Amino acid sequence: MILSDATFRPPTTAWAGQLLEVVLLVLVAAAATLVVLTRRPQRQVVVLSGYGLLLSLLFFALQAPDVTLSEMTVGAVVLPLVVLLTISKLKMQPGREEEKK
Amino acid sequence: MRPERRLLFFVAAAAGFAAFLVWGLTGLPAFGHYRGPYGYLIDRLTVHYTHATGLVSAVNFFFRGFDTVGEEFILFVAATGLATVMRGLREEENEVSGGEAVSAGVSVPRTSDGVRTLALLLTGPTLLIGWWLTTHAQTDPSGGFQGGAVMATAVVLIYLAGEYLKLRRADPIVVTDSVEAVGAAGFAIVGLFGLVAGGTYLAEVLPLGKHIGAVNAGGTIPLISLCVGVEVMAAFLLVVSEFLGQTLVLKGALDS
Repeated sequence: MILSDATFRPPTTAWAGQLLEVVLLVLVAAAATLVVLTRRPQRQVVVLSGYGLLLSLLFFALQAPDVTLSEMTVGAVVLPLVVLLTISKLKMQPGREEEKK
Repeated sequence: MRPERRLLFFVAAAAGFAAFLVWGLTGLPAFGHYRGPYGYLIDRLTVHYTHATGLVSAVNFFFRGFDTVGEEFILFVAATGLATVMRGLREEENEVSGGEAVSAGVSVPRTSDGVRTLALLLTGPTLLIGWWLTTHAQTDPSGGFQGGAVMATAVVLIYLAGEYLKLRRADPIVVTDSVEAVGAAGFAIVGLFGLVAGGTYLAEVLPLGKHIGAVNAGGTIPLISLCVGVEVMAAFLLVVSEFLGQTLVLKGALDS
């Protein structure tokens, strides 16, 4: 009885929603390019975090709040944090400073 | 290989890849036009079978609960493996630089009062949001994974406020280790209850609740979500504190 209901259709997206999706898609593409183009690892982490936040906004605009939450916590917080801690450990590695000079 | 030939090779490969990609993309349904029956079936069946209104969590913890057990153990094993490797490294460094003296004499860079205040102010609300997300998988878009990660963030904020050593003195690694194990085992045990009482692994054994979309609705969904939340929080904390411990131990070794 539940399955026979064939009239169910997804709600049509209004133009405002589509505009938002397009704007966010462009922003995400731009941010992703910026992550790749940023060369200094410390800065790259911050850009990566911003990219994670933008990506989560895109997921929200595409009506996926669950994915938004996962992306926000993992992509914008946990991943950059772990990378940042790794960088700070590497920087403290003895002998690395001499290598640079 | 010379640079020009390498470039030529790349251009040829990229052109081939682009051709196949475009060919594949033209066959996709239009953006926002979902064709499969699965999503519509879930839309229609979930409330009937689970009394839960958090459909994504219902899919994760009910319809494909067994898959989620596997995914949960991926995180568990990853965190455990990382901790094992990192602890081995730490012991090595301690031996090299004179044992416990280094860990005891760890110095932390001074945190500014602004960061300290902001971090402490955010800790409470963050913990609350994480707890809410973990316990409302059955009613709203949320769930144990997201909630656990947010709760871990709350503890990381305490680290950020410069209280890392105080937490360290209480030896949170013993706590996170056991909490992680309890969380991971909890999910598996809920499944075993289903096997004993319902005949199949993860069979629904709890009452679904009278009111659709209420906090006590959804049978085992809230229970599993809580287990996952606890496991994920502990796993993330374990990873972060191992990384943090590494950084601080090394810093201490350099300072002494």
